[in-house]
Amino acid sequence: MAKHKLNRNRSILYITLWVLALTMLFAALLKGTDIRMLNPKGMIAQDELKLIVYSTAVLLAIAVPTLSFLYFFAWKYRESNTKAAYDPNKKHGKFFIFSLWAIPIVFMLVLAPVMWIGTHELAPQKSITSSNKTLTVQVIAQRWKWLFIYPEQHVATVNFVQVPVNTPVQFDLTADDSPMSSFWIPHWGGQLYAMTGMTNTLNLMPTMTGDSEGSSAEINGEGFAGMKFIARASSQQDFDDWVLRVKQSPNVLDMVEYERLLKPSENNPTVFYSKADADLYDTVVMKYMGSHDHHMGQE
Amino acid sequence: MKEFLIGKLSMEALPHEWFTIGGSAFFGSLVIFLIILLTVTKRWGWLWKEWLTSVDPKKIGIMYFIVAGFMLIARGGLEALMMWLQQALGSSDMPGFLGATHGYLSAEHFQQIFTAHGNIMVFFVAMGFIFGLINYIVPLQIGARDLASPFLNTLGFWLFVAGVVMVNMFFFVGGEYAATGWLAVAPLSGAEFSPGTGMDYLIWSLQISGIGTTLGAINFIMTILRMRAPGMTLWKMPAFTWSSLCSMIMAVTVFPLLTATLFLIFFDRYFDTHFFTTTLGGNAMMYTNLIWMWGHPEVYILVLPAYGLFTEIVSTFSRKRIANYTSNIIGMIGVSLFALSVWLHHFFTMGAGADINAFFGVMTMFIAIPTTVLVFTWIATMRGGRIRFTTPMLWFLGFIAVFTFGGVTGVMLAIPPADFQFHNSLFLVAHFHSNVIGGVLFGVFAGISYWFPKMAGFRLNERIGRYAFWCWMIGFSLSFIPMYIVGLMGATRRLDTYDAASGWQPFYVLMLIGGIVIAVGVALQLVQIIASVIQKRRLHDATGDPWEGRSLEWSVSSPAPSYNFATIPKVTTRDAYWEMKQQGMPARTYEDIRMPKNTASGIYISFFAFLVGFGLVWHINWLAIVSLIGVIGCVIVRTFNDDTEYTITAAEVEKMEEARVAKAKALHAEKDTGPDEDMGLIEFVKIAITWALNVIRTRQWRNR
Repeated sequence: MAKHKLNRNRSILYITLWVLALTMLFAALLKGTDIRMLNPKGMIAQDELKLIVYSTAVLLAIAVPTLSFLYFFAWKYRESNTKAAYDPNKKHGKFFIFSLWAIPIVFMLVLAPVMWIGTHELAPQKSITSSNKTLTVQVIAQRWKWLFIYPEQHVATVNFVQVPVNTPVQFDLTADDSPMSSFWIPHWGGQLYAMTGMTNTLNLMPTMTGDSEGSSAEINGEGFAGMKFIARASSQQDFDDWVLRVKQSPNVLDMVEYERLLKPSENNPTVFYSKADADLYDTVVMKYMGSHDHHMGQE
Repeated sequence: MKEFLIGKLSMEALPHEWFTIGGSAFFGSLVIFLIILLTVTKRWGWLWKEWLTSVDPKKIGIMYFIVAGFMLIARGGLEALMMWLQQALGSSDMPGFLGATHGYLSAEHFQQIFTAHGNIMVFFVAMGFIFGLINYIVPLQIGARDLASPFLNTLGFWLFVAGVVMVNMFFFVGGEYAATGWLAVAPLSGAEFSPGTGMDYLIWSLQISGIGTTLGAINFIMTILRMRAPGMTLWKMPAFTWSSLCSMIMAVTVFPLLTATLFLIFFDRYFDTHFFTTTLGGNAMMYTNLIWMWGHPEVYILVLPAYGLFTEIVSTFSRKRIANYTSNIIGMIGVSLFALSVWLHHFFTMGAGADINAFFGVMTMFIAIPTTVLVFTWIATMRGGRIRFTTPMLWFLGFIAVFTFGGVTGVMLAIPPADFQFHNSLFLVAHFHSNVIGGVLFGVFAGISYWFPKMAGFRLNERIGRYAFWCWMIGFSLSFIPMYIVGLMGATRRLDTYDAASGWQPFYVLMLIGGIVIAVGVALQLVQIIASVIQKRRLHDATGDPWEGRSLEWSVSSPAPSYNFATIPKVTTRDAYWEMKQQGMPARTYEDIRMPKNTASGIYISFFAFLVGFGLVWHINWLAIVSLIGVIGCVIVRTFNDDTEYTITAAEVEKMEEARVAKAKALHAEKDTGPDEDMGLIEFVKIAITWALNVIRTRQWRNR
């Protein structure tokens, strides 16, 4: 047997220094940046963050002592410490076996109900109750851009969405001629998939005005990285003004324009449409439902 | 006619981009070098008889290690560095080069790289290493001379090799790999959105090696259940064997799902069926379900053997029996049962209702219970022990830190509303790398350094092993802590470029630096092996039991003889060998041993299976059909071969055993001539330079 020298005290010192150095480095790099998940600007994101913080606290409450015990025992029962007790055939009692299983079960029982309730409370389909009337925005994921249709305002936009603050927004998500995409605005709340031939409903409510970044979180082909959009929350007044301005745009989203837009394109600029066909969204969803193969016909 | 003969093949399929030219030149010159080396040294017959056609699980295990290690360095690891380099350079305010808009890779090329990285690391690195360990160790631990079906085992290995060749084939023919992400989720992977042959290479590479895995798993289940030494009941099996049994049962349960799913997506692409298409009633969500029903258990198939081997390492190096063996084993069984019922947590965001999401969230959370029990048994095993900090033990201490935080973030991800934020972000990617690198890869490194003496006859250099370990730990923390952080900042995975204002770039640069430190760690591991070979006399394991081991593999000499046990041991307790040492070894009696004969059938079948896949990738139907007939023909011929065993007589066994003892004694006698320490890096460099100068001076590769 070789001698297995490992200077433990020096190792512990080095590890401590390393952890300190990394912490300082990360703190310096994070200065002035926006940690989106920890900096929510919407009700849903806020509630999701609460769950994240709660679960982190509970899990660290079991993980940190566990690791501490493990490294403490590793140090205490090192080979060179002949003073420590040594019992190679130690038998463990019933209490030991009980706590072996009881401790993790208790921790999970602390987490599980919160998780169950949180999942139901924060289900993306669940509409948000508010004194303000819910705004519906229809979203169509295309390669590689987001089309937003406002069915009540009869306007549409590409890669830009504006909504009034503190107003529940119901995003109806679908996709057209595109693989699965995932609609995500980290500041406002979690993501949901947009898929062809069906609608997924995501309810969000921004609580702070300002611009947030949105993107497709799910890989959907070559232009994936550029499939980004701006999500703007403004006052109701600003929103109404904005709708009026969009209504003056010369662009109109009819079927001809829609088919043009549908062609794959990357890093699309923002586009505003003063008019959008009222049943465009439903047409797009239904296109995949029948037996008629739309795309094969085109080719 | 042309289409009939060569399908979709054309001149354009030949290498013409820098990475295909580079890749094919690298693999091509490697093959040519090996051919020349084998011809000059006249080693072809030796290679064929001793290794390629061998049915000895110990040799197959080592071949698994060589292939997996090669894939780790030449493909998976290199691809990781390439991705990190792209992301470090990919900020939107920096100009691109080599024709790319940002960084140095086009979006398409970057996407191919992360797809290949995932496929290779899971299928050909992690699976390869795990199967290597199971092959070498399980028969020795259960006191068996061989496997239930030695032929199935060699077939499984060669199908794995066919998959490896297939995953590299696009360098030579085709020029593209799938750009879909490692699970190739539909409809992105369908013919509509991925018309190229890259996706077909993915399908057939995974399909062929996956079938190999199923066959291997069946074989190991049979072996563990039927071929244990007398007296070794299930509840006396070593922990690693138990974990292998759990892992292999899971593999048999879910790999057929992978096979079926890959067939369905292949039908969609080849025969225009509509299982997963967007149109004509196809349901892409079904693909997501099916692939994760396999994919989630797959990661547990990989990590369970690591749990088992860590259990043994902790027990051995604490010189203490496992604290509450029963809880430990039930913990592993519990993990494997829960692992089969959590797949939906990979797509909480697909829009299922709250009840379904919450159910799968709770099931996922419950996996943490048996896992925590395992950690507790390790802690309790260390308590009251006498712990030696050898490299396997260091890997364990590193594993537990990384894996615990992987587990914590795993439970966080299991909470559906939290997952809506985490999903598809780099936080998720950092989480599963914590588990796959911290759990599987550290486990493999621990296992290899633990069992290396058994495989090679000498142990590994401890000193350089420690340097490698620290490089891995430092590199890992530099790479993956920033990855968690940018994930929280909102960075999604798989981005080749990002907004400069996001503030992510410094973190991507840190990931790249961490990746380089890890690469240094890998280089040190290679140095470690070479340095150990140089010092092998000193590191020689004369007793077969270098660590004061507890299970039966340590009762035979190192390296183990081809028949493993001259005398099949009788087992009465757990930690069978530990007890034998306490009570005195039983006397040896020799008997005739029947051993399986070498066979090349596995190679032939896999060769034809590869051609079936290649034919279907390129729509060369005649080739696929002819090769399929070849596969079936080879199987039939093999089935009717009754002459598959040979006998080693008792007298021969006795002679061989005496020769081994004599050799070990002789080596032991000259062992102490060298320096007393494991050589360090400086000494290694000195020796390397001296050797190189000597080669230049004498034009001879070896002394003498």
